[in-house]
Order: sequence, then structure tokens, then C-alpha cells
Amino acid sequence: MATTLNQKASGLGSIISQHKEQILSEWLREMGGAARRSDLIKESELQSQCSRFIGLLADATGQAGTTVQSSAYDPLRDLLTDISKSRAVQGFSARETAVFVFSIKRPIFTTIREELSKDPAGMAEEMWNATELLDSLGLYTTDAYLKSREETIRRQQEEMLELSTPVVKLWEGILALPLIGTLDSARTQVVMESLLEAIVRTNSQVAIIDITGVPTVDTVVAQHLLKTVTAARLMGADCIISGVRPQIAQTIVHLGINLLDVTTKATLSDAFALAIKKSGFTFVRPEQKKNKEQEED
Amino acid sequence: MEKIPILRMGEFLLVTIQVDMHDRLAMTLQDDLTKRISETNAHGVLIDISTLEIVDSFIGRMLGNIAAMSRVLDARTVVVGMQPAVAITLVELGMSLPGVRTALNVDAGMKLLRESLNGHGENGQGQSDGRRL
Repeated sequence: MATTLNQKASGLGSIISQHKEQILSEWLREMGGAARRSDLIKESELQSQCSRFIGLLADATGQAGTTVQSSAYDPLRDLLTDISKSRAVQGFSARETAVFVFSIKRPIFTTIREELSKDPAGMAEEMWNATELLDSLGLYTTDAYLKSREETIRRQQEEMLELSTPVVKLWEGILALPLIGTLDSARTQVVMESLLEAIVRTNSQVAIIDITGVPTVDTVVAQHLLKTVTAARLMGADCIISGVRPQIAQTIVHLGINLLDVTTKATLSDAFALAIKKSGFTFVRPEQKKNKEQEED
Repeated sequence: MEKIPILRMGEFLLVTIQVDMHDRLAMTLQDDLTKRISETNAHGVLIDISTLEIVDSFIGRMLGNIAAMSRVLDARTVVVGMQPAVAITLVELGMSLPGVRTALNVDAGMKLLRESLNGHGENGQGQSDGRRL
């Protein structure tokens, strides 16, 4: 039974390999309607992708019938993965990527009909084989497309995490941490660790956390901020939270968050002035200094 | 039995924790330290935990207790050199050690102790530069 199935399946393989050219030209015409995006992909590139696909499809069906899981389909799967990845990068939608495979159905069906017109049972059999095969290949393409998109998203998330926590030294013993973007647990963890490590490394007594760039502060974010402040205090450094916008101040009070134990300032410059004072420095304009000296004389 | 040495430096006591704290060691330290404070009439205790890498809620509570007991015996406690990982752990355990004063290193801790003594009116020398932690 298995051998007859395989023979019939390899019949599909021989039909495809005999009519490669015809299927290719019809396929390209087919794609001209629905899935062609001449703005995103070059005609020549599409043509070479299609002819490689048909070549590999003919080889694979010739060797392994319609058993998509078999190793004979590996090169075809690799090709589809590559195509899906490049489509995802080029900006194709998931539908347009899947249609690349599905649009070959009609040319193949036409060929099967012409070839097996005198054998209705065989024709139905091959049609079914071809449908099954192309459906699973199409789904595989969609899967690969989504996977590459998810990979991109994950990589960008990681990059954002790394980019978003710069600890800068403002003055001797004064650090600043300008936060930009929404704070979630994972990010606050990174923020907390990098701030505390910077405190140890630079031996700083004062750290300013600037939340000007944080769009919203909810209970979770506030709790994370409080944790960071407390951890810094345990290590012997003072934390000042700056850049509290009016809406955020209102939200904090409405939510009943207790920020009384934390020094908060409206702007980074206020916080910096306080930090300078706490560190025992003073800023004096040269003229004022001169006046002062004259008065003392 | 293991013991954590308590050194006397003028009117301060210096405790350097250089081994992993286990519960019995912590209890012993608590006993010894309170005894030494009353013996030496010390006015400040500096606990250096810069080499302490593992901390649990018991040790955290012990630090708070030591500070509170010293306060009763009229001595200020400063904990110095806490590692970031230890600080994060304590915060995650919900222990913010409200009664404990902290400093980045022994230097800053000694300065803080002297300042608090000056504020206390014990010896009037030296000038506070306005830095309070």
C-alpha cells in the first residue's frame, strides 16, 4: 500500500519536474494579481526564488512523495525559511508571504488536469496530494514568517533594555539616572542593579533619578522606585527623584502612594542644586565672590 | 567557637563581618556587642559588611535589632559597605531597616559617627559641612 502511494506521489513529482517551465510562467502570472509587490521585491529576485522553489519541490516530491516531515524536504524548508525571513524584513504582510506558496496551486492543478485527463481517479488522488502538500508548506511559511518577526521583536526589546539605563556622573559623588519610557518589572530590575553598581563603583553619596521621560506612574512603578530608593539608602547613598510632572504628582496623590520619605524635586536642576548642597559644595558667581571679599575687607 | 572580633577605636566600636553569617554567630555578635558597649561606654558602633554576600531576613532583622539596642545604650550605629545584591535582597524581603544609618564606606561611616557625636554635643571640635546621610 505504501509503495503504491509513493509511486503515485512520485507521479506528482514527475508531473512537476516535466512541466517546470510551464508551471513557473503560470505561477508568476498568477502572482502578478494578488501577491506581487513590485515596490518591495525585484522581478528578477522573485523569479529566481520561484524557480528554485519549483526545482526543490520537484526533487523533494520525486524522492519522498508528499511526506513533508522527511529529510528530502529539508532544502525546501530551508529555502522557505530564508524567503520568509527576507519577506519579514522587506515589509511583506503575513498574508502576502503565505500567498507566495498558495498561488502555485492553480498552475499545478491545471497541469495535473491536463496530464491525467483520462484517469479521473488518479487525478483526484494527485489533486488531494498536491493540496495537502502545498497547504502544509504554506503553513510552514507562515510559521517561519511569524518566528522571524518574533525574533526581531525580542531582539529589539533586549536592545531597548540595554540602551535605556545609562547612569551618568554629574559631579564628584553625584550620579544621575535619566529614565525614559515605560517602566516594567524587568526594566526596573536592570535600572536598580545598574544604579547600585554605579554607586559602588564611583563612590557616590547622592543619586538623582529623573523621571521626566516616564509617561505614566502607577502603583507598580512607584513601588519599584521606592524599592530602588530604599536599596540605595541601605548602601549609604541618598536618592532624589526629580522630573515629577504635574499630572504625575496628581496621580501619585490620588493613588495614595506615600512618597513622603523620599526627596522629590520638580526639575533635574533643582535636584542637582540640592545634591551639590548635600555634598558640601557651593556655586558662586565670580562677581558675587569679589563683592563678598570686598565686604569682608 | 567562631567569633566576630569587636575592635575599640577611641570612643567607637568597630565590627567587621568577614565570614558568612549564620544565625548562632549573629546571636553571639548581638550578645558580645551589647556587652562591649556597656563595658567601654562607647558612643558609636560601625559595622562593616562589605564582604557579606549572602543575607537573609534573620540577619536583616539582627542588624535592625543591634541598631535599636545600641540606641538604648546611647550609641549610634552605622552600617557601611553594603553590596548592591545584599541591598536588593533586603528590599525584596521588605526590610528597609528604618532605624539603621548607612554609609558607603568606613571613611564616610566614621565621618557620620563623628558628626552625630558633635550634634550630640559631646566634643565640640570639627565642623559639620552640611553633609547628612
